[in-house]
Amino acid sequence: MSTTGELAVDVIEAVPTQPWHKPRAAQRRDVLTYLALAVAAYAIVMVTGVAGPDGWALVFFVEILLLTVLRSRGIGRAKSTNAIVSTVIGAGAVVAFAPWMSIFVSLITKGFHGLYVGYLFNDMRVTTPDDELNMGGVGHALIGSMLMVLIATAITLPLGILSGVYLTEVRGRLTKVVRFVIQSMSGVPSIVAGLFIYTTVIALTGSFSGFAGALALSVLMLPTVARTAEEVLKLVPEDLRAASYALGARQWRSSLMVVLPTVRSGLTTAAILGVARVVGETAPLLLTSLSNNAFKFNPFDGPIASMPMYIFGLLQIGTEYSLNRAWSGSLVLMLIVLALFVTARRLGGKDKR
Amino acid sequence: MHVVYSTGDRIFRRVVTAGAVTSLLVLALIGLFLFARGVEIFRDMGPKFITGTNWTAGSGDGVIPAEFSIGPMLTGTIVTSLIALFFAVPLSIAGALYMEFFAPVKIRRTLVSLLDLAAAIPSLFFGLWGVQVFSSMGERWAALTSHYLGWFPLFNNELGIFGRSPFIAGLVLAAMIVPIITSVSREVYSRTPRELVDSCYALGGTRWGAIRAVVLPYGRSGVVGGAMLGLGRALGETVAVYLLLNLVFKYNFNILESEGGNIASLIATKFGEATPYELKALLAAGFVLFLLTLSVNMVATAVVQRTAKARS
Repeated sequence: MSTTGELAVDVIEAVPTQPWHKPRAAQRRDVLTYLALAVAAYAIVMVTGVAGPDGWALVFFVEILLLTVLRSRGIGRAKSTNAIVSTVIGAGAVVAFAPWMSIFVSLITKGFHGLYVGYLFNDMRVTTPDDELNMGGVGHALIGSMLMVLIATAITLPLGILSGVYLTEVRGRLTKVVRFVIQSMSGVPSIVAGLFIYTTVIALTGSFSGFAGALALSVLMLPTVARTAEEVLKLVPEDLRAASYALGARQWRSSLMVVLPTVRSGLTTAAILGVARVVGETAPLLLTSLSNNAFKFNPFDGPIASMPMYIFGLLQIGTEYSLNRAWSGSLVLMLIVLALFVTARRLGGKDKR
Repeated sequence: MHVVYSTGDRIFRRVVTAGAVTSLLVLALIGLFLFARGVEIFRDMGPKFITGTNWTAGSGDGVIPAEFSIGPMLTGTIVTSLIALFFAVPLSIAGALYMEFFAPVKIRRTLVSLLDLAAAIPSLFFGLWGVQVFSSMGERWAALTSHYLGWFPLFNNELGIFGRSPFIAGLVLAAMIVPIITSVSREVYSRTPRELVDSCYALGGTRWGAIRAVVLPYGRSGVVGGAMLGLGRALGETVAVYLLLNLVFKYNFNILESEGGNIASLIATKFGEATPYELKALLAAGFVLFLLTLSVNMVATAVVQRTAKARS
């Protein structure tokens, strides 16, 4: 017998283990246990007084908690507390996330059947609250919202960028105050912004208008834009500024021609996030731009429709078809917010690379 | 250090400063204008503007005098917001801890994106959802609470009607402010020094042990700041409360009864057909709301910024 052969017998091949992963069998067992518990909870809901999806969730949670308590007997106090608290935290997280999950689902299920091709291109001029869902649409509200948001962006983007530049480049005496005020301003209730524009702009011009609505939205949009702009400008490496100073640039040239161009897409993100923040605001428009039923392209000419006011108005009417339309309008609005978010995220990723 | 700026720089710095100061100016103007237009009411009503119970525009000819008091609405604002905080804070902490320490790494990023999106859901949707989807469930909970805890004055409900109550409005507000509190808390928790958590594990601690000993104390002030930001939102919310609560002028501490309101929804309700004098009262109410939310937000901002600085 050769020595090599003998050795070969003794060699143990190392199988890579991942002790932090649960083995497959255990995972499968877990899934099956939870399924069984879910079914059991359903059965309990059927035969007892507990009712509804909330009742089912409660029973399901109690079952899991009981199971955890039973399983964690005899493994020591620290470990069993850990297991039980983990279950409670998981359940709390589910409850915390449930409402907006429910909102997303309701938007789709309730809003979907009111959509048709013409929905985005028609207004509500000739549509009565009891007309079937193949008439009318949000076209006028889309245009109105777009006009107002564009004006608001045109006002807040420059101001927001200037604030950002002040906080990161100029760093004057008021830096702390400005940062503090911008942060606190984001908490101004939207209805107060509406009231403010009402007492100033509308008292002055004497009529409700899309422009007034846009100004109210600007008040709410400015903090978001300014804060995002600051965050983005903070990411610009100090070397870049130093390099431009070393080449003899003054501060204004280095800020305008070196720093700002490098964060162009970040500043676009700031604008987009600002738009996403205000496009669904209802309360300020309630006091400034009101609403109407037909297409209108002039933001200075009296009341004008907008997405949130369209939804709000239909909710007030309250007939079956109106509610359907309200949900459809909400779905469209949510899709707009979603699209804005995805765009912002795409752009946000670009600067960092 | 004395720096000498060139002419170009001086102009540049002035323009930028002017832009940055605009936000200061706007905030000051908001307060100033609301106060200036509402001051007549403060003078006419005196302290009764806060403590009284009535909101009557009067008959116009002076037979029934106009009387404006935001007392019930102010308490309504605080009651609904406190209910919201009561439910939202524990849920948000659980949500933030779950996202940071329990969720599988694969879905963590998705959850964070979803949370950002949730924070951007317009409050109108919460109102719509509250009225059309949630309120039947909430009414059932309210009925159960009143059935078992009705002996306690807070949960007393004589009429047996449970819809459109401060309780339900508060729950929807809670759902509305959970994303913001969760995202601030998660942010703070994620900045917990990794080595502290690891040393907990190294000493044989469990995950919950590490969270209790290190993460929670470390993040406490951040969570407080987040909760106050949420509170600020709940205090100023208009449409959701407008859609979910019967506006009734009465000090209502029976949170399960269908009566209540808040200042913002008062403004939205009365604005349309207000007499010029009543309009001033609404502006005065707006001024009170502005002061209330601004002070809450300033404290919140100070807390959050102080935590951020202490950590970095």
